[in-house]
Amino acid sequence: MEQFKEIWGTFRRRPIGILGGLMLFSVVFIAIFAPWLAPYDPDEKIDVEPGDLLAPPDAEHLLGRDDAGKDVLSQLIYGARVSLTVGFVASFMAMFIGTTVGLVAGYYGGRIGNALMRLVDFLLVIPDLPLMLVFISMWGRGLWKIILVIGLLGWTYTARLVRSQVLSIKERQFVMRARALGASNFRIIMRHIFPQVLPIILAETVLSVSGAIIAESSLSFLGLGDPMLISWGMMLNFAFERAISRMAWWFLLPPGFAIVWVSLGLVLMGSTLEEIVNPRLKSHHLFDPRKMMALVTGMGSRTEVKG
Amino acid sequence: MQRSDYLIRKTFFALATLVVVIVFNFLLFRILPGDPVKIIVRSPRLTREAKEKLTADFGLDKPIWLDAERLGEGDLAGAFDTQFTAYVRALLRGNLGISFRSRRDVAEVLAERVWRTVVLVATGEILALVFGLAFGLVAAWRRGTRLDTTILLWALFSWGLPTFFLGIILLILARGHLPIGGMVIPGLKPEDGWDYWIDVGKHLILPTLTMTIVYTSSYVMIMRSSVVEVLSEDYILTAKAKGLNTFQILRDHALKNAMLPMVTMVALNLGYTVGGVIQVETVFSWPGIGRLMYKAVMQRDYPVLQGTFLLLAVSVIAANLLADLLYSVMDPRVKTE
Amino acid sequence: MAIIEVRNLSINYLTDNGTALRAVEDVSLSLEQGHSLGLVGESGCGKTTAMLGLLRLLPAEGRIVSGEVWYGGVDLMRISEREMQKYRWSKMSIVFQGAMNALNPVRKVGDQIAEAILLHEDVDKATASRRVGGLLETVGIIPEMAGQYPHQYSGGMRQRAMTAMALACSPDILIADEPTTALDVMIQAQILNLLQRLQKELDLSIILVTHDLGVVAEICDDVLVMYGGKTAEYASVDVIYNDPLHPYTQRLMQAFPDIDNPTSTLASIPGFPPPLDALPPGCRFEPRCHLRSEICSAENPPLVEVKPDHYVACHQVKG
Repeated sequence: MEQFKEIWGTFRRRPIGILGGLMLFSVVFIAIFAPWLAPYDPDEKIDVEPGDLLAPPDAEHLLGRDDAGKDVLSQLIYGARVSLTVGFVASFMAMFIGTTVGLVAGYYGGRIGNALMRLVDFLLVIPDLPLMLVFISMWGRGLWKIILVIGLLGWTYTARLVRSQVLSIKERQFVMRARALGASNFRIIMRHIFPQVLPIILAETVLSVSGAIIAESSLSFLGLGDPMLISWGMMLNFAFERAISRMAWWFLLPPGFAIVWVSLGLVLMGSTLEEIVNPRLKSHHLFDPRKMMALVTGMGSRTEVKG
Repeated sequence: MQRSDYLIRKTFFALATLVVVIVFNFLLFRILPGDPVKIIVRSPRLTREAKEKLTADFGLDKPIWLDAERLGEGDLAGAFDTQFTAYVRALLRGNLGISFRSRRDVAEVLAERVWRTVVLVATGEILALVFGLAFGLVAAWRRGTRLDTTILLWALFSWGLPTFFLGIILLILARGHLPIGGMVIPGLKPEDGWDYWIDVGKHLILPTLTMTIVYTSSYVMIMRSSVVEVLSEDYILTAKAKGLNTFQILRDHALKNAMLPMVTMVALNLGYTVGGVIQVETVFSWPGIGRLMYKAVMQRDYPVLQGTFLLLAVSVIAANLLADLLYSVMDPRVKTE
Repeated sequence: MAIIEVRNLSINYLTDNGTALRAVEDVSLSLEQGHSLGLVGESGCGKTTAMLGLLRLLPAEGRIVSGEVWYGGVDLMRISEREMQKYRWSKMSIVFQGAMNALNPVRKVGDQIAEAILLHEDVDKATASRRVGGLLETVGIIPEMAGQYPHQYSGGMRQRAMTAMALACSPDILIADEPTTALDVMIQAQILNLLQRLQKELDLSIILVTHDLGVVAEICDDVLVMYGGKTAEYASVDVIYNDPLHPYTQRLMQAFPDIDNPTSTLASIPGFPPPLDALPPGCRFEPRCHLRSEICSAENPPLVEVKPDHYVACHQVKG
C-alpha cells in the first residue's frame, strides 16, 4: 500500500501524466453520463427527409447527421461506452491471463516455465489482426466475441514482462525467508511476489487498454463489430463506406479523433507510470559538456548550485 | 560452432510454429459449426466438375483426422488417409482451394497480388527504419531537451493513432492533389511502359506515407531508449576519454550496439505491420493481399480467407527467422545461448 | 619538473532536487615527470571524481566549480572541449576501474586500440595495426588476440588490454583507477610489475588511485590521502608510512596488516564517511577522530605545510 502512495505522490508531480489522466477521465465521464449528455437517443426512430442525410452541422445537430439522418454527436457520445467497455474488459482479461502465466512461468520455472514461454513465443509470431479477422468471421459478430478475441491474444507481452520480473524477485531475501518459514508456494506468490510486480502490471495495463481500444476500432472499421451496437470504429466504417465521396468530414473525423483522444490520454498516463515504476536513472555520457565547465569559466547560470 | 546451434534452434522453432499454423488453419475451417467446406459442395455456384475436384483434392468425403476404423484394422497408412493429410498434400503442391466468389484458384489469386503488398510494405518499412533510426538517435542524444520531448510526443501521438484513421485523414487532405484509390488509372497497362509505372508510383504515395508514419513511431521510441541505454555504458566513457568527439562516438560506438534491439523489434513488429497493411489497403483500395483479405471477410469467401491467413502467417514466421539470423550475424556475442 | 599541476580543484554533483554534493573540494597536487602519485582514500572520498574532473569526463550531474590544471603551460580548465579532445589520451590517458564493460563488446579489441592511434597520430592503418600488436605484447597478450572480441578475453586480460590501449599514444601521464581491484593476486602482481616497468622504461608519470595501501607502498613516490572530498595529507611515500601526521592517515596505517608484526590486532576506524549533502561545518573527519577537540567541529582545518614537502590538514598538527 505504501508504494502506491509513493507512486501517486510522484505521479501527481508529472504534468504529462496528469494531462493524460484528465483526457481519459473526461471520456469516461461522458460515457457514464451519456444518456444525460447526448442531445438525441440514437436508437430512436426518426422521420428523415432526403435533405437530412449526411447533413452538415447546424444549430440542432452540432456534428451534423450521418447517412441515415441520425445525429452524429449523440452516436459519438454513446459510442464511447462501447469502445471503452471493450477496451477495459478485454485489456483486464489479457492482464489477468498474462499475469497468471507470467507468475507461474517465472516462479516455477523448469518445464512448465519453458512450455509456457514457448506458447508465448508462438502467439507472438502469429500476426494479430489477420487472426482476429479469421476468428470473428468464422465465429460471428458480437460484443463478447470481440472482447474475447482481443483479450485472448493480448496477454503475451504482459506474461513476458511479469515473468522476467518474477525471476529477479524470487531470488531476493524476503522470498527465501518466507520459504524457510514454510510458507506455501501460493502464499509466497500472492503475498510476497505479486505485490512487487503489481505496479509494473498496472502501468502496463493502462497502455494495453489503449491497444485494445484501437484493436476494437480496427475490427469494427473492417466491418466485424457488433452490429447491434455503435462504437467509434463502426461509425468510421459507415462513414468510410458512405460518406467519403461527399467528404462529410463531420461524420468522418470526430469518431477517429475521439479514439485518438482516449488513446493518447492512456498512453501519456501509461508512459508516465512506466517511467515512475521502472526508472532508468542512468545519465548518459554525451550531454552538453559546457554545462560541466560552466562554473569554472563563468559562462553558466549560477543558480544551479545551492548549498 | 555455437552460432549454428542458435540458428538450428531458431529454425526448428520456426518450423514448429509453421506446423501449428497449418494445423490451426485446417482445424478452423473444418471444426467450426457450419463447416464452410461442406457448404461449398452444396453451393450452386460451382460446376459439378469443380465440386468433384475439390472433394477429391481435399478428401471431403473422408474423416477429418484419423480413420479410427482402419486404425483398428491395423491399416496404418489407411488410417491417415484423411482430410488432414489430403489438406497437407494439397498444400505442398501449392493448392489452396478455390475461391467461392471468383471461382479461381486461390493460389493464383494470391500470387497475382503478392508483389503489390510487398512493394507497399517494403517501402514503408525501409523509410520507417531510416526515419526511426535518425529521430531516435537525435532524441536520445539530446535527451531531456525540447527537441527530445517534441520527437517523443510526436512518436507517442502517431503510435496511438489507428492506422486506418490516419489513412482517412491523409485521404481527405490529399484529395484532388494525389490519387486516393486503386493502384493505377483504369486503362493504363504495364505495356504502356513508363507512364504506367509513374502512375503506379503516384498511387503508392499515400498508402506508403500512412505506413511510414505509423511504423516510424514505434521505431523512434525503441531506438531512443536503446541509444539512451547504450550511451550510459562504460565503453562510451572510454571512447570519450580517448578524445573522440560526439559524432564519432555516436557513429563508431553507439550506433551498432543500439541497433541490435531494433532488429528484434522489427521482427516483433511484423505481426503489427501485417495488420496495418490490411487497413491501409482497405482505405486506399490498394489491390494487394490485405484488401483481398478484407473482401474475403465481407464476402465470406472462406478459402481465400484461409489462404491469405496462411500466407501472412508464413511470411511473418519467415521474416522472424530472417531477423534472428541477422541478429546472430550482427552480435559477436551470440556464441553462447 | 612538474609535468602536471592541479590547483584548488573543486567538483560538485547536482542531485535531482537541486542540492549540490561537494564531492571534491580544494584539492591540489603536483606530479613530477617520471614519478608516480598514489591517490588514497576510502570509497566515496572523491578520488575517482577528481581524476575524471582532470580529464573533464564527469557525468552529466558533475560540475567543476573551480580550479586550474596546468599542463604544458596551459590551464586545461580554460580550453574548449574541442581542444581538450586533443589532449585526451595523447597526453593523459586513464585506465578505468573494473574494465568489464569499458571495451565496446561488438568491436574487436585491436580495432579499438588502433582507433586511438589513428585519431591522434597521422599514420596509416597498417602502421597502427603493427603498433597494436606491439602494445599487446608489452602487456603480455599475444598479438593474434587483437582480432578477438572483449568477451573472449579473461578479466585480467581485459585489464591489461585496457592498459595497452591507454599507452597507445605514448601519453605523458597515465591515470590508473583501482587497477588491481577485483583481480586475483597473481594478476595484481602482473599489473603492478607492468606499471613499474613502464614507468622506468618510458619515463611515464602515473597517478594511481586506490584504497590498497600495499600497492601504494610498492610503486608510488608520493601519496595524497583524501577524506570526504578534501586532502587530508600529502607527502612522499616514506614520510606517509613512517611519519603519518593526520589522524586519518595514522588510523589507515594501523588498519593495514604489518607483515613484520603478524599478531597485532587490526584496527578499523569506527563510523562512516560523512554524507556529501550533509557535511559538517568543521573538519570532516572529526566525528571519527581520536584526536579531536572543540575547534575541530567548528572550523575546517586548512592544508598546511607542517614540514618541508609534508602537507597536513588538521588543527591538532602544528608546523
